[in-house]
Amino acid sequence: MYTTDQYEGMLAETMVIPGYHADLIHAYFARPLGSGPFPGMVLVHHLPGWDEWYRETTRKFAAQGYVSICPNLYFREGHGTPEDVAAKVRGAGGVSDEQVLGDVGAAQEMLLALPYVSEKVGIFGTCSGGRHAYLCACRIPRFSAVVDCWGGRVVMTPQELTPKQPVAPADYTADLACPVLGIFGNDDQSPTPEQVNQLEKALKQHGKDYEFHRYDGAGHGFFYHNRPNYRQEQAVDGWNKVFTFLDRTLKGR
Amino acid sequence: MCTMIAQQVNISGSGKTGTGWFKLDQLSVSYDHPFDMPLEYALNLDFTNQSGGPGRRVAVELDAASARRLVELIQGVMEQAEKGGFVGNEG
Repeated sequence: MYTTDQYEGMLAETMVIPGYHADLIHAYFARPLGSGPFPGMVLVHHLPGWDEWYRETTRKFAAQGYVSICPNLYFREGHGTPEDVAAKVRGAGGVSDEQVLGDVGAAQEMLLALPYVSEKVGIFGTCSGGRHAYLCACRIPRFSAVVDCWGGRVVMTPQELTPKQPVAPADYTADLACPVLGIFGNDDQSPTPEQVNQLEKALKQHGKDYEFHRYDGAGHGFFYHNRPNYRQEQAVDGWNKVFTFLDRTLKGR
Repeated sequence: MCTMIAQQVNISGSGKTGTGWFKLDQLSVSYDHPFDMPLEYALNLDFTNQSGGPGRRVAVELDAASARRLVELIQGVMEQAEKGGFVGNEG
């Protein structure tokens, strides 16, 4: 817990990493100052894009002691306001899971190669980012924790599969090798409470280490202070759950 | 994308933003999280110029009732225009 006699310093900036197919893409990077070693976090942004909320959240994780990186998964679509870029991606049906796996895997490798990062790297995502975080945690080795905040379409029917999203992330649950924290609003329509039940069932069936927190009076995106779905009490508690979980899984506390 | 309800179609038109008119060649219609409307989901219309970059976009977000009224309005206006012999004589 921070007290006012502690030092806190941070470096935060836009950088470039080689992503899927070695494409150079932008990423927002924030790290606590010092030689560490610090645990790392990969942040997977949401439908509204690589936006201010995700830059703020990357810095939030750094302030909590995590070397954090958020790759711009929409980089290849061109530049503009985050909304304009995200709208283009939305109209095209999203980016492919294969591409996301490549970009996120590259971000993780970069963190693990840094001399001030420990061997513990987690992954966090909200909305479509929550879905991608779950997928990446199942498919990419060496993640030590995954935080899935209201990820819709983790559980998918066969009719919902697309060429860009050919497999439901939940179908890879057997391969999940790290603890998972799920944060969900019980008024959410994607995922619905029943879909969250199905995900929980899969985790239980495969004997996975998981922790779900499901909030009454909250729907989709209730951490987003800049959107009408923001729910202050549930968001404060949810963030506490996130950092308590990461303290346990990445800092060993 | 949360709902994955999105369709695109090539179009021919012009759109106007604060910087002036530009050619439109694609329309994306989605029912998903809006960027501005204080709703969880909205009918989102993105009129774009594919070669102009993501910023070449005229964006409209409507609630569901307004979206249905828009459809009815367009159909009504087009029927009237066809009866009046105006469609097909655009020059």
